[in-house]
Amino acid sequence: MDNAWHGIIDLAIILLLFFGIWRFRAPQTARSGNLAAALALVCAVGVVLAGNPIREPAAVVLVLLAGGCVGWLVALRVNMIQIPAMVAFQNGAGGGASFLIALVELTRQGSELAWVGQFSGVLGIVIGAATFSGSMVASAKLASVLRQTPVILPRHGWILASVLAGIGILATLAVLADGPVVLCLALALVLLSLALGLVFALWIGGADMPVLISFLNATTGLAASFCGVVVQSRLLIACGATVGASGFLLTHAMCRAMNRNLFKLLAAADWQPAAQGSQTSQAPAAAESSAAAGPPDSSQPSPLERAVAAIGSAQRVILIPGYGMALAHAQFEVVQIAERMKALGKDVRFAIHPIAGRMPGHMHVLLAEAEVDPDILFDLPEINSEFRETDLALVVGACDVVNPAAIHVQGTPISGMPVLAAQEARQVVVCNLDESPGYSGVANPLYADPKTILVLGDAKLTCGRLLKALGSVQ
Amino acid sequence: MADLLLMAAVFAGASVVGYWLISRIPPRLHTPLMSMTNAVSAVTVLGALLLFADDTAAVAKVLGALAIGLAAFNLVGGFTITDRMLRMFGRHHG
Repeated sequence: MDNAWHGIIDLAIILLLFFGIWRFRAPQTARSGNLAAALALVCAVGVVLAGNPIREPAAVVLVLLAGGCVGWLVALRVNMIQIPAMVAFQNGAGGGASFLIALVELTRQGSELAWVGQFSGVLGIVIGAATFSGSMVASAKLASVLRQTPVILPRHGWILASVLAGIGILATLAVLADGPVVLCLALALVLLSLALGLVFALWIGGADMPVLISFLNATTGLAASFCGVVVQSRLLIACGATVGASGFLLTHAMCRAMNRNLFKLLAAADWQPAAQGSQTSQAPAAAESSAAAGPPDSSQPSPLERAVAAIGSAQRVILIPGYGMALAHAQFEVVQIAERMKALGKDVRFAIHPIAGRMPGHMHVLLAEAEVDPDILFDLPEINSEFRETDLALVVGACDVVNPAAIHVQGTPISGMPVLAAQEARQVVVCNLDESPGYSGVANPLYADPKTILVLGDAKLTCGRLLKALGSVQ
Repeated sequence: MADLLLMAAVFAGASVVGYWLISRIPPRLHTPLMSMTNAVSAVTVLGALLLFADDTAAVAKVLGALAIGLAAFNLVGGFTITDRMLRMFGRHHG
C-alpha cells in the first residue's frame, strides 16, 4: 500500500512536470509552465524530506537554503548575454551533484548494490564528472575567461583515445571489483572523467558553443537518470530522462542548423579549417579584399549616408541580427531602428538564424530584452523565401549566417549550412565591425556584391547614427 | 529483475514523452527551455537528500552536502532565470 502511494505521488509529480513542459508551446503560457515545473520539483523535495528520516535536518536545510540563495542572487544579476555562460555553469553544477552522489553511493554500498546499480553508478560518475569539467570550460569560454578559439593540444586525438580507453578499463574493474578497492577505482575514474570533459570542451570554439551547451544539457540529464537508478528513485530517472531527451533534441537541431555532424564535431575531425578563422589571422586578407574592391570615389556619399538613403527608399525590410550585435550591445538600437522604420510605414521583420547567438534561441532572448515586438520575429524556414520580394536586408553583426558561400562553394566549414538568403534582397546594408570573415573563416562574397553597402565600425555606434539619421528621413 | 524492468520502463517512457513534448516547443523558446530543463536536472538533490537518510561516514556527508548545495543552486537559479526571460517574452502581450 505504502509503495502504491509512493508510485502515485511520483506519477503526479512527473505529470505536473510534463504539464509544465506542455505549457512551453507558446510564449504567453510558458511562464506558468515554468512555475508548474518548479512546483513539481519543490513537491519532490518536500516528499523526500517528509518521507525519510533525515539524520541532520538542520544542516541539510541550511545547505539547501544557502545553495538556493546563491542561485537566486546570481540569477537576478546576470544579463541576457551572460545567459549561455550561466546555463553552462548550471549544467556543470548538475553534473557535479550527480557524480558526487554516484560516487558516495557506489563506495558506500559497494557489493550491496545489484550489478545494475553498480553499472549505473559507474556511468553516473563518468558522465557526471565529464559534464562537470566540460561545462566549466564551456562556461569560462562563454564568459570570455578563456579564449573562445579552440585549444588543440599536441596529439589531441591520441590523448582523447587514451583517456577514453582508461575510463573503459577502470569502469569495468569498478563494476567487477569488491571491497575497499572500489573507492580507489572510483576516485581514479573521477579524475580521468574530469580530464575527458576538459580535453573534450577545450577544442570546441565559440561558434560551435550552441552544440556543446546542448550536448552538455543532455549529459546532465543522463547523469541524473543513472544517479536515479543507483538510489532507486523513479522520479530522478524520469526527470533525468526528460532532460536528456530535451538536450539531445536541441543538440540535433543545432547540428542540423550548422550542417555539422555531431560525432565529427566532438571528435574534432573537421576542426582544422575553422581554427584559422580567428580574427587576427584574417586581418591582412580583409585589407586585401577591401583594396581589391577599389578606393571609394570621393564624390560619392559616405556608406552611412548611402545606407540611410537605402533604408529611406525601401518599403519591405528584413533585419538580420547576429552575435556581433549582441557583443556590441546594439540590440536596443537595432530594435529602435525597427520601430522607427515601422513608424515610417515600412514593412519590417526580423530574420533569426538558429545559430545567431551562443545557445539555441539566444537571439530571441536578446531581442526580447530590448522589448522587440515578437510578432515581427521569424525563424529561418519561415522567412527565407521572402528575401526575393524584399527591398532591403539590413545585416547587423552577422557574417556566417548570411554567407552565400555556404550554398555555392564546396569544401568550406560552412558548406551546406542553411543560411539566410540576404543576397536575394534588392539591396543589402551590412553593419559589421570589419570585413574579416566570420567565425568559420570563410570570406563572405556578399560584402563584394555591388548591391551591398558596407557600414563598418562598432555596431552600437553605427546603429545609433542610423537611428539619428532616420529621425530626419521623411 | 522486476525492479530493473520498471526502471527501464520509466526511463524509456519519460524519454519518449519528453521528446514528444519538447519537439512541439518553438525555437524562439529554446533558451528558456534549456534553462528550465537545467533546473529540472537539479532533481538530483533527491539523491543527495537520500544520502542523509542513512548513517554515513563524515567524508560522504561532506560530499553529500556539496551535492545538495550545487543542486539547490541549480534548482533555484534555473527556475528564477527562466522566469526572468519569460517575463520579457510576455511583456508585449500585456
